[in-house]
Amino acid sequence: MKRAPASAWCGMIVVCAYMLVGLFAPVIAPHGEAQIFAEPFAPWSAEFLLGTDQLGRDVLSRLIYGARNTIGIAILTTLISFSIGVSLGLLAALTRGWVDQFLSRFVDLVMSVPGLIFSLMLLSIFGSSVWNLVLIIAVLDSTSFFRLSRSVGLSVALMEYVEVARLRGEKLRWIVRKEILPNVMPPLVAEVGLRFCFVFLTISALSFLGVGIQPPTADWGSMVRENATLITYGDITPLLPAAAIGFLTVAINFVVDWFLDEVSGLKEEF
Amino acid sequence: MATQANTSVSPAPALESRRSAASGRIFSVIIQRIALGFFSLFLVSIVIFGSVSLLPGSFATAILGQSATPDTVASFERQLGLDRPIVERYVKWVSSAAVGDFGNSFSSSPANPRPVSRLIERRLYNTLFLAFLSAIVAVPISVMLGLVAALFRNTWFDRALNLGTLTAISLPEFFVAYVLTYFVVMRESFMLTPLGQSLPEWIATPISQMFAFIPNFPILADISSSMPLSQQLYTCFLPATTLTLVCTAHMMRMTRAAIINLLASPYVEMAKLKGASPWKVIWHHALPNAWAPIANVVAFNLAYLITGVVVVEVVFVYPGVGQLMVDSVKSRDIPVVQACALIFGASYIILNLCADLITIITNPRLMHPR
Repeated sequence: MKRAPASAWCGMIVVCAYMLVGLFAPVIAPHGEAQIFAEPFAPWSAEFLLGTDQLGRDVLSRLIYGARNTIGIAILTTLISFSIGVSLGLLAALTRGWVDQFLSRFVDLVMSVPGLIFSLMLLSIFGSSVWNLVLIIAVLDSTSFFRLSRSVGLSVALMEYVEVARLRGEKLRWIVRKEILPNVMPPLVAEVGLRFCFVFLTISALSFLGVGIQPPTADWGSMVRENATLITYGDITPLLPAAAIGFLTVAINFVVDWFLDEVSGLKEEF
Repeated sequence: MATQANTSVSPAPALESRRSAASGRIFSVIIQRIALGFFSLFLVSIVIFGSVSLLPGSFATAILGQSATPDTVASFERQLGLDRPIVERYVKWVSSAAVGDFGNSFSSSPANPRPVSRLIERRLYNTLFLAFLSAIVAVPISVMLGLVAALFRNTWFDRALNLGTLTAISLPEFFVAYVLTYFVVMRESFMLTPLGQSLPEWIATPISQMFAFIPNFPILADISSSMPLSQQLYTCFLPATTLTLVCTAHMMRMTRAAIINLLASPYVEMAKLKGASPWKVIWHHALPNAWAPIANVVAFNLAYLITGVVVVEVVFVYPGVGQLMVDSVKSRDIPVVQACALIFGASYIILNLCADLITIITNPRLMHPR
């Protein structure tokens, strides 16, 4: 931990700050999430630090609540995607045979359509609601967890200590929990960070397009779209939610970079 | 016996025959890959068509709403042919899609039919124009930068580039797009912003003059076919620049990683130890093997361009397929969405197929028979 470079430290601090803002949103926010005031498009002032939006809601409060909604939904999606992908990936790696064949071909098929296009199509069929959004993205995104956990699982399953445990007569469940999971975790944890960024950006993009998280829920992607016209008047307020998205993903990338470096144990030579 | 006969003849014909055998092998591998590409296209079309039937309950009630009368539902289903068996519907859909007929949009009425193909036609050209523009700028720049960064890795140049591209890929596309828009807006109104007013005049004036140098690129890229090419390029400037920036960052990082991977291989080490000049190591030893990873990186990122184009088209109100798709998703106009998804999916598969073919063709092991 002590050897972490400055970029990783900054990244961790930023991530923690976002988490705190998200958790304590109702305490920090000066106004309510959907509380409407008289003046729409009010400029920055003492009462509305970042002004108000097109309906007269406080932008700062929505930004703070947006941290809770956008990050919360992205975390939930990543967790679902992780559990689907990793359990099926390990299942495929351990059983091999037709289960592996079937799952792998299915994943190949899903991955042969670009993710955003696939999710747009599924959203048009199932309709845009938060739960549909979470499930669609989680299922589509679990494919990369599947691939990684399957390939790592395959190589770990061939290790001698797994063979020893098997010969000792341990049950499959014990082998998975005690021998395989601890060894496949490090690359998967790094992948969780990267997938979170990806999921977060995808959800924001979909919300920005108007087919993701629906109003009146405060969300960074849709906040940009709703107030985008202000930019043509030289007001940077609509850029703030977008910058908030970018800032968090950069921070996570810094942490993941360092973590990967640490786990792989081999620095680049030359 | 055959090997004996081979060794007894002079070496030249033997080499000739081996070479033709190698080219035959390349040919059969290429045919195989193209067939595989068609097969995945077929599977993707099944997925796109089949996912509509994933919807629990009736599709018609989901679109028309719960309050629709049974009569309306029945006529809606008849109109779409939903009363026919699914295999029959699929064959009809895919065979007419193959000749460019995607049926009618839900927005059409009996008096005023709106074929999907007519909606898409012009927009497809626009989207391809935009993607092509971004690609011809992004590909050479990012491959060059990636190569240079890999050669000078862990220098300040590499670090700066790494930081810049990491930031660029972490930002949402619409952020990049709006920042560019903001700069164009600032050319006229910097002095009116709070920042411009709060700065002392001797700082604010030069900054505003600098902004004034930015050409007045259109913020709404409403391109039309009647424009001359130069006008079209000018109109496309902001969306194309956004796509280029984001795409270059991705592509450069992956090129760098691919080249570094390659430079770590034993034969490069060997060439270096042999005393070959750095230039020769790159040109003779690394590059022949680098085409395949570079082609893969380029194809992957052009495919990335496909998704980026959707967001960028919406930001700049560019009349392309992506914008049409988003609008149709909002109005749940399924035939249009399916057609757009098929077009995007097909271009993704074709790009990957091209990368595969380049990998095969440039593979030194297949090219030079032993």
